[in-house]
This record gives sequence, structure tokens and C-alpha cells, in this order.
Amino acid sequence: MTAITLSGGKTSILPRRGGFFGLMSDAFWRHPKLLLFVMLTPPLLWLGIIYIGSLIALLLQSFFSIDDFSGLVNYEFTLATYAQLLSPTNFDIIIRTVVMAALVTVAAALIAFPIAYYAARYAQGRWKALFYLGVMLPLWSSYLVKIYAWKLILAKEGILTWIFEKLSLSWLLDGILTLPVIGGNSLSVSYLGTFIVFVYIWLPYMILPTQAALERVPGNLIEASADLGATPRQTFRTVLLPLALPGIVAGSIFTFSLTLGDYIIPQIIGSSRLFIGQAVYAQQGTAGNVPLAAAFSVVPIVIMALYLWIAKKQGAFDAL
Amino acid sequence: MRSDQKTSPLPLKIAAAGGLLFLHLPILLIFVYAFTTEEKSYQWPPPGLTLQWFPIAWNRPDVWSALGLSVQVAVIATAIALVLGTLCAAAVSQTKFFGREAISLLVILPIALPGIITGIALRSAFSLFDIPFSVWTIVLGHATFCVVVVYNNAVARFRRTSGSLIEASMDLGADGFQTFRHVILPNIGTALLAGGMLAFALSFDEVIVTTFTGGQQSTLPIWMLEELIRPRQRPVTNVVAMAVVLVTFLPILAAYYLTRDGDQIAGAGK
Repeated sequence: MTAITLSGGKTSILPRRGGFFGLMSDAFWRHPKLLLFVMLTPPLLWLGIIYIGSLIALLLQSFFSIDDFSGLVNYEFTLATYAQLLSPTNFDIIIRTVVMAALVTVAAALIAFPIAYYAARYAQGRWKALFYLGVMLPLWSSYLVKIYAWKLILAKEGILTWIFEKLSLSWLLDGILTLPVIGGNSLSVSYLGTFIVFVYIWLPYMILPTQAALERVPGNLIEASADLGATPRQTFRTVLLPLALPGIVAGSIFTFSLTLGDYIIPQIIGSSRLFIGQAVYAQQGTAGNVPLAAAFSVVPIVIMALYLWIAKKQGAFDAL
Repeated sequence: MRSDQKTSPLPLKIAAAGGLLFLHLPILLIFVYAFTTEEKSYQWPPPGLTLQWFPIAWNRPDVWSALGLSVQVAVIATAIALVLGTLCAAAVSQTKFFGREAISLLVILPIALPGIITGIALRSAFSLFDIPFSVWTIVLGHATFCVVVVYNNAVARFRRTSGSLIEASMDLGADGFQTFRHVILPNIGTALLAGGMLAFALSFDEVIVTTFTGGQQSTLPIWMLEELIRPRQRPVTNVVAMAVVLVTFLPILAAYYLTRDGDQIAGAGK
């Protein structure tokens, strides 16, 4: 005992550890802040420099402009690029994308709710696992393969046309396709097609948080509501829905944000009119106008910041 | 367990089943198309069934090189994400410090913002510093958004791991590294494996960021995207699509079984 105390120095009752790792281990124990620093530095350097650095560089470029004659970037501070966003063509692109994102979010919420509700309230044991995998597998399946599947389905010679034909409902499909704005030559080149694929691809992102929120609603609240004489409809509207709303809002963050930024789906399935993502891609690629592309990409950031701020007020982050 | 909880209204059943079918039928359709004899269009029903496209797809060098690059990128990105994500999760869950919330936000940001913004930001940074496109520029982008999956899995497990285990290990004389090796790692191992597999799947499937950071090289999703925009040989695409579905299902199922028990506990606790 005395030997240990003697060799351990003034502050510790145990001997100091030998070797590099021993010294490190002792140092971390004595100075927890040092350990924290060592743990946090690599991820913060990576995310801070590579990611945030790139984002800031991008944002700065949006304050430059492009010289119309030389096609070179003019490195002087200006808001002219942002003013370009308000030109009729560009503003149309923004409105079109936001409207699509809003519609996709509403549709995804409507389709997701019954699945989430059943999985949270009624499914048990094997069925619960089945529902969970039933949502996870499509969520994690290849994004492009899913789009490809819809290209097969929506093609003019594809399965959907065939089903409508077999049901003698071809007139209905043709009627939908002749509608202005949403129609087109076939579903695969119409807004309606783009909309369906968006809803399909982002649906799992809506189901999971909605289900998480519903699972946290205590069962006795529902029973209490019924005991107090509420009809199932009233219980749903005044008890269940308000409690599930944060989950739905959390899901809508995903569906809204993902739709705003996607440029592959409208490029493969949809009409030739652009969405924000396509505009960013075209401006930085073929047009070589990086400032305008940067300004365009600020639009989803600003919209999402507003959206997140509202969602935070609704308490959506507790359901993530 | 109350008996009346198990009966559900019929419309709800139909809506839930319909929703699940809506999620799964399109993927199943891919499997049928892989066998079709039709080459020029997406005709339904298939005029005939054949196995001839499987050897043709198998012998395509462009598919194999794209697959090779995808695997290479996914492995490196997953390795980086495992290290960074675990470090971050350990720091955030085991200690309290100023700016902890900000770090959670920073980790989630690459996946919360649309991929196109990550992509174009990285691309403009590369061109700013004259960094040529290579495997490493792709890895850089992928690792950035893979960190969040590892982080989420690790944080959830750290929260369930009792701190007294670590204290006991220290009391029994283990140094920090021994504690990590013999106590912490076995506890978080399956969570890391699950997170790693999901990160691999995420990277393997990524296309939006890769179009900006990839240059001339094509990963498997980029190859697929080119086939979607300008179809050259549709049957080969069908077969590759089916193979991709089958291959991605395996890590998802494995990740599910690895984290299953814990998730049920976590769900019950809520």
C-alpha cells in the first residue's frame, strides 16, 4: 500500500501507467476536456471545413454576377443575380416547385396516415415486424430503380394503360391526359406522372415519423374520450389528430425538402418545364452561370429554414 | 392486452394494405421485366419470357467497372463515416458541453438539406481550389452524408448503454483504451455494424451528389441514370435493376435483425 502511494505521486493513489497508451489514458482521465477535444476534432474538421466551408463558398458566389458578354464571373458584390430570380421564367420555376412540394406533402400525409395508424395501434408481433420491414425495404431500395419501375409503369405501352384498357376505362385515362397543365402525351411525360412518382418515393419518410408519433399517444386517452361520449370521429379529430400532428409535420419536413431539391425525378418522368433542382443543374452545367445556380439553391435553403422554424414552433422535432 | 384493441375497422385495413401494396408492387414489376423478350419498348404484358439477358448483362464490362467503383467508394466512405460518426456520438452522448445541440444539427444538415445543394457546394469548392475529380472527390461527398446514419445508430445505443459499466471497468483497473476495447465496443458493436451497413447502402445508391463530384467516372447509379435518360439496351438495365434490388435488400434485412431487440425496447419505453 505504501509503495503504491509513494510511486503514485502526489495526487493519485495508483501508480502512473507506463507506455504511450497508459499516459494517454491517464491524461484523458485527468482532463476530460482533452478527451472531448480529441473526439470532436476529426468530425468537426470534416463537417466544418468540407461541408460548411463549401456551403459558405457557394453562398458567397450567389452575390457575384456573370458578365453577359464574356461569360466570366464578375467578382463584385451585387444583388443583381437575386433580382434575376424574380424574372417571370425563373419565378415560375420557383412557384411550380413549391406548389408541387406542397401537393406531394399533402398526398403523402393522406396515404401515410392509415398505414402508420394501423402499424401503431393494431399491428402486433409478426405483423408489426412485417409493417416495419414493409416500410423500410422500399425506403432503402435503390432510388433510381424505383424511378425506373415507374417509368415502366407509366409508359404509354406500360402496365397502367393496359389495366385501364382491360377495365374498359381507357376513356378515363385519355380524359385525364387531355386535361390542361397536368396532362400530356402519356403519364410518363406529364406533371401528374411526376407527382405520383414524388409521392411514391418520399412516402416512407412520412410514414415513419407519423407512426412514431401515433405510438406515443397513450391508449387510455382514446378510451377516456370514448367514455366521455365522443364518437370515434370526434375522438379522431379532437384527440388523435392533434397528438399525431407533430409527427406529420416532421414527415412533411422530409417530403417538402426532398421534393424541393430533387432534379432527377422531373428530368426522367415529367414535362420539359423545369423545377428548381433542374434549374440549378442546368445553370451550373451547360449554362456555366454558377452565381445564378448558387442563388437558385439559396431558395430551398430559405424556404426550408422558414419551414423548420414553423415546425419547431409546432414541436415537430420531438417526434423525429 | 384488451381484446377490443385488436379489431380494426375494415376501411382502415383496406387503406393500410393498399398503401403497402402501392409501396411494393412497382418494385416487384422490375422482376417481371428482367425476363421479358421485348427489347425496344416497355411493353406490358411481356410478349415472352427469356433468360437470355442474364448472361448478356453478366458479360458487360461497363456494368462491372461501375459496380467496382461503387463498392470501392462505399467501402471507403463507410469506413470514414464509422470513425467520425462514432466519435461524434460518443462526445455528444457521454458528455455535456457548450454547443452540443449545434453539433447534432451540423451532423444532420448534410442529409436535411437537399442533396443538390451539397453537390453543387462541393463542386464549386473543388473548382475553386482546382481539385481534379477522382474517386476521392466522390468519397468526400459520400462520407459527409453517411456520418449521420452511423451517428444516429451509435447515439441511440450509447443512450441505452449504462454508464456504470464504464465506471466499473475503470474501477477494476482497466485503462481508457482497454475499457473501449472490452466494454464499450462490445456494447455498441451491433449498432455500429447496422449503421455501417446503412451507410454502405446509402453511399451505394447515391446519385445526386455524385453527379456533381464524379467527373467522368461512373458509379453504378450514374450508369443507371445514363440508361434512364438515354436508354441504350433496355433489357440489360432491367437485369441490373433487379440485381440492385436483391443486393440492397440483404444489408437492410441484416441491419434490421441486428437492431431489432433494442428497437422494441426503445419503442416500449416511449
